[in-house]
Amino acid sequence: MSGEHEFDAGSNVGEDRLPGAESAGPERTLGQEVRGYALGLALAVGLTAASFWVRGTDLVYGPGLAMALLVLAVAQMGIHLIFFLHITTDPDNENNVLALAFGVLIVCLIVFGSLWVMEHLNHNMAPMQELMQMQR
Amino acid sequence: MSTEALRVLPAGAHAPLHVTGRGAGGPAPKRIVVGYGFWIFLLSDVIMFSSFFAAYAVLFKNTAGGPAAQQLFDLHNTALETGCLLASTFTCGMASLAVGERSQKWTQLALLATGLLGLAFITLEVREFVSLIARGAGPSRSAFLSSFFTLVGCHGVHVTAGLLWLGTMMAQFRAKGFRQDIRHRFLCFSLFWHALDIIWVAIFSLVYLVGTLPPELLP
Repeated sequence: MSGEHEFDAGSNVGEDRLPGAESAGPERTLGQEVRGYALGLALAVGLTAASFWVRGTDLVYGPGLAMALLVLAVAQMGIHLIFFLHITTDPDNENNVLALAFGVLIVCLIVFGSLWVMEHLNHNMAPMQELMQMQR
Repeated sequence: MSTEALRVLPAGAHAPLHVTGRGAGGPAPKRIVVGYGFWIFLLSDVIMFSSFFAAYAVLFKNTAGGPAAQQLFDLHNTALETGCLLASTFTCGMASLAVGERSQKWTQLALLATGLLGLAFITLEVREFVSLIARGAGPSRSAFLSSFFTLVGCHGVHVTAGLLWLGTMMAQFRAKGFRQDIRHRFLCFSLFWHALDIIWVAIFSLVYLVGTLPPELLP
């Protein structure tokens, strides 16, 4: 391994800056990095608090609560991806973004597909009570 | 040892511009490749969790006459667990920055804080599981509880494994310093830890907050 390129774990400080980032403005200082994490933490805490608040309040239309909580969860996952996992639009992040998109596709297929199929099975199957009586 | 000196790039060490990961501008730096490989693993882990989420959602109403989510879960405990894990994700980020700065003291401190918060999370979770089992709501009670213990327990196992990994990272930084391969291992660890928090976001939102809604409000 050539010692020519030294790249660091996790952060984008100093020599760790993403190589070849086209939009490379001035190098990010440690202070800016810390502020980035702090902003991510503040947003995540805010969204978490919002989730728990929405769960407890009756200001939100009842049947919409589940969807509201789902939306807040997806928003918070996005915050984590951007601020903590550093999934960005940088050119060297392209492969990560594509892999993430594929992962999200599979997750949606598994979760919504299972729910959809099992819901229809439930609908089209005779109720368990009747089935048991038929077997008697 | 001066940390300043270490941060100065040797002459000509700049990577070529426009490294796209598609071959243009030369091969991607090792750090990018390592991160990408581990990211693929994490996504496969997420897909495994998504099957457990699907099982939980499908089996949610199959309580077999046993207790349902509304009677079982204590949201105060969930909020505490969430706070612990969120704070530990932040301190893990601080550890990444400390590694970037080559500061042994701050790296060890941030990792220690991460580990203690993770340990607090696991303690709260084990306490919850023990109290559920003591109330006769163990994993063998109903299909709903089996899927609950599988999903949340699997996350707990991941966090426990992460704690062991964190301990070895602290030891490696202490014994071997900030070598490049150690930093790459730490990059993988930090990705792992942050990803576990993302999965917890889904768990506390869907399993605990949506799960404990009154039955008539559930979709």
